[in-house]
Amino acid sequence: MVDIPFDEVAGIPPAEVGEVELYHPHSWWTRYVFSQDAKVIAVQYSITAMSIGMVALVLSWMMRLQLGFPGTFSFIDANQYLQFITMHGMIMVIYLLTALFLGGFGNYLIPLMVGARDMVFPYVNMLSYWVYLLAVLVLVATFFVPGGPTGAGWTLYPPQAILSGTPGQDWGIVLMLASLILFIIGFTMGGLNYVVTVLQARTRGMTLMRMPLTVWGIFTATVMALLAFPALFVASVMLLLDRLLGTSFFMPTLVEMGQLTKYGGGSPILFQHLFWFFGHPEVYIVALPAFGIISDLISVHARKNIFGYRMMVWAIVAIGALSFVVWAHHMYVSGMNPYFGFFFATTTLIIAIPTAIKVYNWVLTLWRGDIHLTVPMLFALAFIITFVNGGLTGLFLGNVVVDVPLSDTMFVVAHFHMVMGIAPIMAVFGGIYHWYPKVTGRMLNEALGRFHFWVTFIGAYAVFFPMHYLGLLGMPRRYHDIGETTFVPASAHDLNAFMSVAALIVGFAQLVFLFNLIWSLFKGKEAGSNPWGAASLEWQTPETPPGHGNWGKDLPIVYRWAYDYSVPGAAGDFVPQNEPPAGLATQGAHP
Amino acid sequence: MSAIILFIATIAAIAGWWLSQQRLAAKPWLEQGVAVDLRGERGSSVPTAKIGLGVFLAVVGSLFALLISAYSMRNSMVDWRELPLPRLLWFNTGVLVISSVALQWAYMAARRDDIDGLIVGLLIGGASAVTFLAGQLLVWQQLKAAGYFVASNPANSFFYLITAVHGLHLMGGLVALGRTTANVWRGAPMMQMRLSVELCAIYWHFLLLVWLILLGLMTGWTDNLVDICRQLLT
Repeated sequence: MVDIPFDEVAGIPPAEVGEVELYHPHSWWTRYVFSQDAKVIAVQYSITAMSIGMVALVLSWMMRLQLGFPGTFSFIDANQYLQFITMHGMIMVIYLLTALFLGGFGNYLIPLMVGARDMVFPYVNMLSYWVYLLAVLVLVATFFVPGGPTGAGWTLYPPQAILSGTPGQDWGIVLMLASLILFIIGFTMGGLNYVVTVLQARTRGMTLMRMPLTVWGIFTATVMALLAFPALFVASVMLLLDRLLGTSFFMPTLVEMGQLTKYGGGSPILFQHLFWFFGHPEVYIVALPAFGIISDLISVHARKNIFGYRMMVWAIVAIGALSFVVWAHHMYVSGMNPYFGFFFATTTLIIAIPTAIKVYNWVLTLWRGDIHLTVPMLFALAFIITFVNGGLTGLFLGNVVVDVPLSDTMFVVAHFHMVMGIAPIMAVFGGIYHWYPKVTGRMLNEALGRFHFWVTFIGAYAVFFPMHYLGLLGMPRRYHDIGETTFVPASAHDLNAFMSVAALIVGFAQLVFLFNLIWSLFKGKEAGSNPWGAASLEWQTPETPPGHGNWGKDLPIVYRWAYDYSVPGAAGDFVPQNEPPAGLATQGAHP
Repeated sequence: MSAIILFIATIAAIAGWWLSQQRLAAKPWLEQGVAVDLRGERGSSVPTAKIGLGVFLAVVGSLFALLISAYSMRNSMVDWRELPLPRLLWFNTGVLVISSVALQWAYMAARRDDIDGLIVGLLIGGASAVTFLAGQLLVWQQLKAAGYFVASNPANSFFYLITAVHGLHLMGGLVALGRTTANVWRGAPMMQMRLSVELCAIYWHFLLLVWLILLGLMTGWTDNLVDICRQLLT
């Protein structure tokens, strides 16, 4: 260990992290409803995201029922099937995962982990949640309008998205686009907070290279989201104008129901470029916070410092930057110039390098660690396995020649569910089991947690592993009913039925999780302030759950990185970030 | 998509420059003690609100770069018919320049503690911004009267869309400017006002710059410039 010379401490101006004037709630309403406290906003975001996520879960049941037992359920017709697909995808990717990782985990963890009292613009932060809620309500409203929600697929490709024949052409698509526009406005408000808080509100001693990887992941993902979401915004506004005012940004000349439409000359490919310029970074907007959370969980529960911290940080930044130059790998079948395909295949495969570095580092962190198989650790391990799985099929699909025959099959569905469905959800669950004691002061029930883990983990593989095989057989995706085909054998139908049953079971296991969340709030074991023995700053708050302003009278001072576990010669098996080095104890606390 | 790629590359260069100064090669596992971080070494740290505005401008910049990308992809298609830009647009541009200059003047007055100059600058800045917006609406009416409707040609659609998005951003700025002016009027301390006025001025300059780029795009000057550069390179 190298002690940083104490003299340097004198160089820090004391007012550098000034005491912020905190907003003080005066009533129940401003404390719990229109609250400007990031921790309350985080819980609001999480509850809203999980609630709408449950809707998407039920939609996936509907799809699986139809695929597993075609023709059995009269309440699922072809139109509804398309609507279920669309809303399931849109909700899961944007309204659940993005909102939960950045709005939920970001709001709760950033200020606590960097030693701030709150976000830097609390009022804007509050507005962010309410605009998000409005976006969710508009989205929910599409289920109740005439014609129902849009069935255009989550990519909303024109021209079909706004033509008759696609379900939800009247109201559904208009409200969907309006909801996205609202979501992006709300997210921008929150995103400004997450970024500027990391830049400006870190406590003394908290250099960038001492931040926990969770903060690095959320920070980088937010920067990416701030730059990428405008692409979805522009695409949504232009598509909305095509739908409402009859402009032809994206709409080519075409005949609809035997009638020549008013549209002409527009470019559907332009929409695809805009959509995927957002869409691909979106994958990493979801993945990077998950990477960060997993790094922290593994380190804490294996009682070992994270292996290759610097490389982990550099890899996060590199992935963030590279993800902006790979978008067209979603468009190999759009008829674009083959040379573009070559370029984008190359950049896509290059991303595998920093990603692989992260996987190696997780494994090396585990190596000879004191692994505690707690529920968060189980989910973290499941994340690594699932992410590697999904990542490897990504290498298949990143190659143009392999992608072209597979692109409209279930193989793609299996790939992206593994890599950005199951894997991030494992990180979400791991994160919730890990930080729930800090949020509520009580532990989640261990037995229920283990049950939830094993059913979810094995169940998810039962659903998505066979799906790869179905894709290789050529089973198309997005089809309501594949009917009689020569290339899909009868055994595939049995497999589909098996996957559907597994999906139902996994869904029900989530009810156990929800029950655990509520039950443990009242009956859970008292957690104490630091049940996992974690070194990072959020576990060192004077109160649990942390009070308004997080840190009591004085902000903490950080003396070390967040991963001092099993340090040779140290008294305990971890050293908190705010514990002064020996010899600096008295001076360090009051420089 | 070259406009947005260029924009992202610029942002990446700025981020890279900033990161290069953050001791990213540090070995935190070997260091303990209160590390001096860069914010301390520089002495004066940039106000949080200013950083916030900077990040917001990056988001707005990304939005306009994407609109420009979409514009340049769409205008290469056969059905594109250039739209004759009304002369009023040049007047509006002049007014927006005045607005920006007035706010810069206000900011300089605030630094001199010249309260009268500050108020005059803010009022002229606000009034000329409102004039600009009214002028843009008039341009829309003139175009409509001449038969250039929003859906009749993609060039028209883009013109209406881009001016609307720019105008909405200026209206958002007017809310901030209005609040700042009201605070100055009420006699808020000059120290606080200085920052607010500076932020308004920065935002105005940014929107002026965006407007000039958009105007260059819609008059075709940008195309000519790109052609000239291309010829020089080949």
